[in-house]
Amino acid sequence: MTTSDLTLPQADTDTDTEPKPKDDRGSRRRRMVGAGKQLHAGPVTYVVLTVFSLVSLAPLLWTAIAASRDNTRLAQTPPPLWFGANLFKNMQAAWDEVGLGTAMLNSTLVAGAITVSTVLFSTLAGFAFAKLRFRFSSALLLLTIGTMMIPPQLAVVPLYLWMADLGWSNQLQTVILPTLVTAFGTFFMRQYLVQALPSELIEAARVDGANSLRVVWHVVFPAARPAMAVLGLLTFVFAWNDFLWPIIALNQQNPTVQVALNGLGTGYVPDQAVIMAGALLGTLPLLIAFLLFGKQIVGGIMNGAIKG
Amino acid sequence: MTSSKQALAHPAPSAETAPGDQPGAVRGAQGRGKPPTGPGSWRSRLYRWDMKASPYAFITPFFLVFGAFGLVPLLYTGWYSLHSVQLSSLDNQTWVGLENYKNLWSSDFFWNALKNTFTIGLISTVPQLLLALGIAHLLNYKLRGSTLWRVVMLTPYATSVAAATLVFTLLYSWDGGMINWLLHFVGVDPINWRESDWGGQFAVSSIVIWRWTGYNALIYLAAMQAIPSDLYESAALDGANRWQQFRHVTIPMLRPTILFTVVVSTIGATQLFGEPLLFGGSKGGSEHQYQTLGLYMYDQGWIIGNLGKASAIAWSMFLILLIVAAVNMLINRRLRKSQ
Repeated sequence: MTTSDLTLPQADTDTDTEPKPKDDRGSRRRRMVGAGKQLHAGPVTYVVLTVFSLVSLAPLLWTAIAASRDNTRLAQTPPPLWFGANLFKNMQAAWDEVGLGTAMLNSTLVAGAITVSTVLFSTLAGFAFAKLRFRFSSALLLLTIGTMMIPPQLAVVPLYLWMADLGWSNQLQTVILPTLVTAFGTFFMRQYLVQALPSELIEAARVDGANSLRVVWHVVFPAARPAMAVLGLLTFVFAWNDFLWPIIALNQQNPTVQVALNGLGTGYVPDQAVIMAGALLGTLPLLIAFLLFGKQIVGGIMNGAIKG
Repeated sequence: MTSSKQALAHPAPSAETAPGDQPGAVRGAQGRGKPPTGPGSWRSRLYRWDMKASPYAFITPFFLVFGAFGLVPLLYTGWYSLHSVQLSSLDNQTWVGLENYKNLWSSDFFWNALKNTFTIGLISTVPQLLLALGIAHLLNYKLRGSTLWRVVMLTPYATSVAAATLVFTLLYSWDGGMINWLLHFVGVDPINWRESDWGGQFAVSSIVIWRWTGYNALIYLAAMQAIPSDLYESAALDGANRWQQFRHVTIPMLRPTILFTVVVSTIGATQLFGEPLLFGGSKGGSEHQYQTLGLYMYDQGWIIGNLGKASAIAWSMFLILLIVAAVNMLINRRLRKSQ
């Protein structure tokens, strides 16, 4: 065992605010080792993080509790703090009353189509911005980033009118088309490919006589695969949760999950337990995705945040 | 005689593709009988054309989608804002000039919505970013199960506006709601969150804070991990304690990221729509207590049915955003100069 191994467990008991003795060699060393991200968390850190985690999870947990109760019990004080027996009955009611089955299918189709197309086109555009030289490329990249500043509210009135003209009201392509590719996705892939795709690899393929499509297929896609997976997850979450445009474009007869939940919330169903069951069902697919891919989604958001 | 480029070009593609779809095969079929330099120059011309055109081909889908569903509608929204467009008779659009704007800017509800957007934006963004900064600082320590903490903090992000708001509406309900029940333990009388002015705004903000704090914390965490550790080492050698290190090393190094999150959250706040809609209907509470600009637009356009006025609201939002962006830039330039 080396000395640094010995000092680390000591550092574990450190707290954020505890003053450290100045001439203690162990402490000096701990500071040096602990500089920056190497610093070990103390018990206070764990306590505070636990509190924040509870705040993060409690509303979801309580949704499940409320969804397993009945309406009269929910209206009483104190609110129920443990599960009842009505979960499946309430889920069945929510499923039937706002057509959650159709909504789930629609959301899957919409989010799936948006995800596939966004990942594909963002990778292509991201590759162009990261590795290819062309006129106005930096200005166009700036424009791409700039489009993120435009609120979606600014487009909905004309989109609504055009879709009505085309006879596309209440149809899924209305929701899919405007999000076929996003500025965020393009920028995200660009940031990733700048570093993850060595220019020599492209040049080597070029020297071998590969045309651009071949380079994309044999060099870019393999190099981009991890980022494509993460962008896919982020896009799916975004598309599943999108609210403003689907609510305007679709009605209760052909809803996405969010439109159906809006219907639940704005008074079609007076039963609170059923509403909670619907909220739980509508979130369940994403929560499962989070259980499975949480690490990748976290990594994706953190990677997307670093600008280079 | 072939060019050196061609000599290199042939073997590699044939190694991994069927002969039929090699570029070389096509060239061979077309170039048979021509002088040897002919196919070479055709090929290299094709190659040069490919090199020039493909970047544009790759970015075209984005700009097509943005043009068709972002830029053109943006301009049309401006156009429709000068017309009377009623939901009940979409084909009957008449020019009204600036009537919609006059109408809008003399309406108390517009200024009320603008004020609400501002206050809700402020009380949701500031605590959210401060909390995120603190959480990121804690997550930046060497933690047991560090990934698990991060995933847990991000879970609210996976919850949709609709689902989250439905839950919080019940938590905030006046009788039997969890929050009033918890408050009675500390001796606070039940608060009618949905009907009171600041109560409704606070409740709506809390939903935003709950959903986005973890997300922002991860962005800060990423930036913190990019700070070179020798900065902390030298600060530590100078005798700075952890709080001083946080204030004098972490915060200054995070300034670009903080600015980024402020801008993104501000944009998010101006678009706030789903939370107040589900919490208190399209009026944002019985007395418009928490009707934001986004909600006001929806209410005027699709509940009342005046799409021309809704367009005017949208363009007013756009103008406000531009002003905010300009002010932001000015402040930033000032700050940079003063340093």
